Amino acid sequence: MSSAETEAAADFVAPGAARDWRGLRRALPLGLLLAVAFVIVPLAGTDYWFNAILIPFLIMALAGLGLNLLMGYAGQASLGTGAFMATGAYATYNLLLRLPDIPLPISLVLGGLIAGAVGVVVGLPSLRIKGFYLLASTLAAQFLLEWIFNQYGWFSNYSTSSSISAPKLAILGQDLSSPVGRYLMTLTAVVAIAAVAARLVKSQTGRAWSAVRDMDTAAAVIGVPVARSKLSAFFVGAAVCGVAGALWAFAYLGTVDARSFGLDRSFQVMFIIIVGGMGSIAGNFIGSAFIVLLPILLSQVSDRLFGGTVDAGQLANLQRIAFGALIIWFLIKEPAGLAALAERGWRRLRPSGTAGPERGSRPGNTGKIF
Amino acid sequence: MNILRQRIRRAAALFAVAAGVGAALPAAADDAKQQYFPLATFRVGAYASSGIPVWAGTIDYLRYINEVEGGINGVKLFWDECETEWAVEKGVECYERVKGGKNGSPVPIFLPHGDPITKALTEKSVADKIPLVTIAHGRTEAIDGRVFPYSFPAVFTFWSEASSAINFIAERAGGKDKLKGLKIATVYHDSPYGKETQTPLALLAKTYGFEDIQIPVPHPGNDQSAQWARIRQLKPDWVFLRGWGVMTPVAIKTAAKVGFPVDRIIGGVWSGSEEDVRPAGKVGKGYLAITPFPAGADFEILKKIKEHIVDKGKSDLKDLKSFGSVYYNSGVNEAIIAVEAIRTAQKKFGARPINGEEGQWGLENLNLDDARLKEIGAYGLQQPLKLSVRDHEGGGAGKVLQWDGEAWAIVSDGWVKSDRELLLPLIYERAAAYAKEKRITPRPDPTSN
Amino acid sequence: MAFLIETLIGGLLSGVMYALVAIGFVLIYKASGVFNFAQGAMVLCAALTFVTLRDQGLAFWFAALVTLAIMVVLAIAVERVVLRPLMNQSQITLFMATLGLSFVIEGMSQLVMGASVHELDLGIVDTPVEVGPILVSQFDLVAAAAAGILVLALSVFFNVTRIGISLRAIADDPQAALSIGIRLQRLWRIVWGVAGFVALVAGLLWGSRQGVQFSLTFVVLKALPVLIIGGFTSIAGAIVGGLIVGAADALAEIYVGPLLGGSVSTWFVYVLAVAFLLIRPAGLFGERAIERV
Repeated sequence: MSSAETEAAADFVAPGAARDWRGLRRALPLGLLLAVAFVIVPLAGTDYWFNAILIPFLIMALAGLGLNLLMGYAGQASLGTGAFMATGAYATYNLLLRLPDIPLPISLVLGGLIAGAVGVVVGLPSLRIKGFYLLASTLAAQFLLEWIFNQYGWFSNYSTSSSISAPKLAILGQDLSSPVGRYLMTLTAVVAIAAVAARLVKSQTGRAWSAVRDMDTAAAVIGVPVARSKLSAFFVGAAVCGVAGALWAFAYLGTVDARSFGLDRSFQVMFIIIVGGMGSIAGNFIGSAFIVLLPILLSQVSDRLFGGTVDAGQLANLQRIAFGALIIWFLIKEPAGLAALAERGWRRLRPSGTAGPERGSRPGNTGKIF
Repeated sequence: MNILRQRIRRAAALFAVAAGVGAALPAAADDAKQQYFPLATFRVGAYASSGIPVWAGTIDYLRYINEVEGGINGVKLFWDECETEWAVEKGVECYERVKGGKNGSPVPIFLPHGDPITKALTEKSVADKIPLVTIAHGRTEAIDGRVFPYSFPAVFTFWSEASSAINFIAERAGGKDKLKGLKIATVYHDSPYGKETQTPLALLAKTYGFEDIQIPVPHPGNDQSAQWARIRQLKPDWVFLRGWGVMTPVAIKTAAKVGFPVDRIIGGVWSGSEEDVRPAGKVGKGYLAITPFPAGADFEILKKIKEHIVDKGKSDLKDLKSFGSVYYNSGVNEAIIAVEAIRTAQKKFGARPINGEEGQWGLENLNLDDARLKEIGAYGLQQPLKLSVRDHEGGGAGKVLQWDGEAWAIVSDGWVKSDRELLLPLIYERAAAYAKEKRITPRPDPTSN
Repeated sequence: MAFLIETLIGGLLSGVMYALVAIGFVLIYKASGVFNFAQGAMVLCAALTFVTLRDQGLAFWFAALVTLAIMVVLAIAVERVVLRPLMNQSQITLFMATLGLSFVIEGMSQLVMGASVHELDLGIVDTPVEVGPILVSQFDLVAAAAAGILVLALSVFFNVTRIGISLRAIADDPQAALSIGIRLQRLWRIVWGVAGFVALVAGLLWGSRQGVQFSLTFVVLKALPVLIIGGFTSIAGAIVGGLIVGAADALAEIYVGPLLGGSVSTWFVYVLAVAFLLIRPAGLFGERAIERV
């Protein structure tokens, strides 16, 4: 998905956006993409594509979206993503377990809201500190929450290994436990949340976030409620991450324990938004493609090229080196994120005149947060 | 603009190469007559030091079967590797990549080799009908094959590990009645894995009247001064050490610092390899460990592997020092069980590649008695093992090794059995609870009446 | 009471070991504003190189010198390949680049030197010393002394030599420092080289404590709260922060853990660090009021 398409999505749902033929034309590619994702892919995809590639790709993009709202749009750095995801997963699990009458989608949303509430608490230090110090303080939440879910059996219904396991996934009696079902459930959640997010960042709240990110003192002077903006960003960001966590647990893995949402996961999500592009919705998808799919591609390609001839351990090490080097390379070549590259490409490909003016919150507008 | 076009072109070219490589490979028509056996290895990352010898053991045994025995009843094995780095999503990706088989040959058994990966695959494996064999890890309650039809925590679950360790202490103390009044402290990795033995140890403590002390060590466990200061204060008679990775050598070193006798520490399965005790240096001398994978290169099968594989330069081991180590032998052990299960399945389904469903039958009818173990050359290396629908573990015994500063020596009186009859009712209860939560209807057990 | 003191001493001595790792971060942060997450990988790389050379039969000092040379080469390469092209990028981008760098260093180390676990014997006797009822680890004492000497040496280096003064100038005002002709890139190379040396010392001490293996990279996790408490820019802060973290960690494990029914050490010091942060946002010894809202 290219950035311009999501920009188009933003227009499509933005209130008061002029829906002239140009707006429609901009929305067309996105519509096509959605049609492919919802209709063609389920018909053509294999188990491997759903279970190993598309579902984790979509979920990590969603987690990236959550962090991007918090960090890319509102400028609040956080390494608590894993903890928010864990909260969402454990909250949803307990809702499904203890209140089985609530339908699955509602439980997912409620789980996200609980994660959002936890996010607000985690975000409280942001009222006093920022930058690396804020980043480091979110680590406290990351470790504490992971520990709580591992420590207290109540959260996992006293299972022997503190792990939680998906109940039967069904919406309105429709069984969703097949790979296609889980894919469609994930896709629906991701598209719905991305649409809401695209609208949100253009709203007053979103503009207040950008103001706080770019210069919080000045924002306060012109009357932006700084504290409320920061905490609302933590709420929304954590809630989105929470839904991503619940999907990770139930739609992707099936059974997880808190270690699935450790510090590594937080780093991974941060990679996604930095490589993809801060302050861009499409960037999350590009970043997720890079971080989630590149290692798989590296492994598949190197297996096919060298499998059996080169020592497997050396090959695995080489893949790790290549992955790290590619990250550095992309950061050097495209520090504003791949979304910026993609958008430039999109602009070039269009006939001149239809590209439209430079847009306000285009990808790459990272606003140095520290 | 030009630069961009160039970039796009370059990227497109890269993809074309990647796709071309996939298509250009000649599909091996013969593969369909061979048995596919994919390996999800971990050779990089934090646990590579244990992964490398494990997979060497497995691969060497598979090579031995192919080259010396001409395959399993003439059906040769072939495999490819997929790196998991012990990380759950990579493991899932590997599983999904290989589960459909290769070139027409199905997957008979999958070895997830990692607790989180095993959990994530528990349900997928049922849907795909591919048995998971997880020796000395995985869910303990998966012993109940009626609820967990495709999970095989074979040989030695964590509960058996705990119980065998206690029984070894009893052996040393002169009988189970002598356990009464002893103080036994469990120093465990503070993770789901580490906490698994709390329930059985509490039950055993109640049964035998010893005092059960639980001391957690947070991951990764590279500083344990506080934990061992507590040990010094509590003065337990024995310490049962259930570590993982770097936690074990640090525990042994810190124990020496506080003056706790090292020959009163019994390591669990994942604290009982050369890689665990060697970094501790001299103070590790005398350290004990309980394991279903006894170390040593004198077992008949290891001699054969040495002669036909290692000495001919065909071994997967780069560092031959690891030959006959605990991890290497664990790889051999796992491969033996997989191969024997395939062999058992072939008896029913014919000498051809076996699929997952048939692999399950082979595992549930696996019977490695002493006679068969002697034929394989694994007598003493592998314990007698009989699996069934109700019992996916089968053995439940370990041997106790002692580190002499250079190598392990077996010091227990043969295999130390666990109190399975005491633990099994509780395990079945837990499996039933899981079935209820997940609304699984347990499979009927064909062997019971 | 004796038990309390013993726990406290053990904790303080561990704290010095954390401080040792934290100093590596401080040096680089001061000079280049980079939060270098690859420090853990550098510790692993240094220790692994050293033991591999020792296994080849090299003498202690020679092995140490060769390792140091390799670390310096690494520092120069990092400056040239990673830092220079990323100059003027946001700190978070640089931080992410060091994460990528840690993949590269870890992968290279294991590629060249293998993944097996090595024992590292520095010849320090590790029998405990008893002072009355209190038991003190001789090894930890020696390690603490070594760390102390290192810190002293670094303080002298950065307070007396030209390089040190340039470094302080850069930290105070990069623009002004550049305009009076301080060569930033050369300085970076030197500081990364010194950080490599610190990584070597930390790698040797931690490696002999736990064996040389991949998990050496995890020592970073305990160094982070040290940095939060002590500030990112102060060596003295790293030492004091280390002592606080070590002591708090040990005491919490003994006295708080049982109350909550588990091991609290993964998160306790982080929560403590955040509490510190809210009271003193610049850290204990932060040299400037850092980014307080």
